[in-house]
Amino acid sequence: MEWINVLVQGVLLGGLYALFAAGLSLMFGVMRFINIAHGDFIVVAAYLMLVMVLTLGLHPVIGIGLVVILMGCAGYLGQRFLLNRVLDEDILPPVLVTFGLSIIIQNSLLETFSADSQRVPSGDFATASLRVSDELAVGVLPLAMFLAAVGVIGVLQFIFYRTALGRLLRATSDDPEIVPLMGANNSHIFALATALASGVVAIAGTMLAMKTNFDPTIGPSRLLFAFEAVIIGGMGNIWGTLAGGIILGVAQAIGAQIDAGYQILAGHLAFLAVLIVRPKGLFAKAKG
Amino acid sequence: MSKLLETHALQAFYGDFQALFGIDLSVEDGETVAIIGANGSGKSTFLRAVTGMRPATGQSISFDGTQIAGLRANRIHHLGLAMVPEGRRLFPSLTVEENLKIGAAGNRPGPWSLAEVYKLFPALLERRHHGGTELSGGQQQMVAIGRALMSNPRLLLCDEISLGLAPKVIREIYGSVPLIRERGTALVVIEQDIAQALKVADRVYCFQEGRVSLSGRPAELSREDIAAAYFGMEDA
Repeated sequence: MEWINVLVQGVLLGGLYALFAAGLSLMFGVMRFINIAHGDFIVVAAYLMLVMVLTLGLHPVIGIGLVVILMGCAGYLGQRFLLNRVLDEDILPPVLVTFGLSIIIQNSLLETFSADSQRVPSGDFATASLRVSDELAVGVLPLAMFLAAVGVIGVLQFIFYRTALGRLLRATSDDPEIVPLMGANNSHIFALATALASGVVAIAGTMLAMKTNFDPTIGPSRLLFAFEAVIIGGMGNIWGTLAGGIILGVAQAIGAQIDAGYQILAGHLAFLAVLIVRPKGLFAKAKG
Repeated sequence: MSKLLETHALQAFYGDFQALFGIDLSVEDGETVAIIGANGSGKSTFLRAVTGMRPATGQSISFDGTQIAGLRANRIHHLGLAMVPEGRRLFPSLTVEENLKIGAAGNRPGPWSLAEVYKLFPALLERRHHGGTELSGGQQQMVAIGRALMSNPRLLLCDEISLGLAPKVIREIYGSVPLIRERGTALVVIEQDIAQALKVADRVYCFQEGRVSLSGRPAELSREDIAAAYFGMEDA
């Protein structure tokens, strides 16, 4: 029963990792853009949530909504007026620019909020649990987060495969040079993709803020988890990203069960194992 | 008839390399113009400049009275200029129908719709849910033409639409040209197949090393003139 508990906790944690990964995967998928500041964007969303709930005294649900809107707008403007300028066939400039952004964000957060560890209080919600059996209990907050992750990925899937915007995003991913010949403005499409990714980042960041302690320096390790989840799942498959997150979460939970110090290491080992066995990821979509 | 597209002393560069040296070319409303020329003569560069894929400078290209040199490709597209690119360039992750629908992203009103494209190319109707690149070469070319028509263009630019296709398929594709013209769309067709170009066009331009080496109506041009203009021989 103890191991079932470990598995359940791992799966639920995996939902959060999938949320970390979805935004990264979206930006890479549509514009081959590797956002090194992705983890720091998640932390920014967490601090925004802190301001909404602690400083402004808003209800967490309203806080999440506002952070999503703010991050989405910032994502659009940042892509349209800054990141689009470095978008080219060369993959290196975006990496360098977002690496710089990562440093700027971490230091700005440090200046503004200090290095102290923070957490957004979510009241009884944080400690409430559903008792499945005598030995197995599932936390309401982790469960809600997991369901939110599945919901977000379902919505992304719907947008990508059932809407005109999704059609444009997939077409841009296929051949960005031809899309303007269809009358669409690439700069606008890229900015919309980043806005969408930033909305997902906002949800991930607000969840992180309610689930655990955070400080200005934890961005890079969230980026690493996001990368691992995307690569385990396979590029270009959004449900694969969810599976990748879950595999990472379960591996970490198993590691933590063996010894608290093995949690992160176990996740990395699972990632390495997948890289060795299936370098393209477990659920990589074959490109036509 | 009024001039729909007019270029004046159009030049284009790839870095320091000059690909076009002062092209004067015009297309009238509803007309079909063929551009012929050997590989590397600047035909495709010309289309890229006109569509905005390769930015041109100066006041050298007008479309329906508007200067379009320097405009972005999507803005030029909105004015009613669509292109069937060389190599078709379908979107592999989109189905046939999605490829067609994306052509209508600019929402220009006009006679072309999904139903009309399927009427023009019935083979696409039953394969509309297939991946665009799962089709035969000829059918892919039909999707590429249909995708461009979905934007209801006033001028359709076709880059090497017969390349790599069997003669029967080429005849089928070119069979659609009169139907496209009937709807009032002018065409510029880039062709390596000179006979096909002369058959379909009202007027022909021959490019050679980035310059117009010959132009005129097919009936007025002799084989010798064309050979000389095409291959650059003085006494062909």
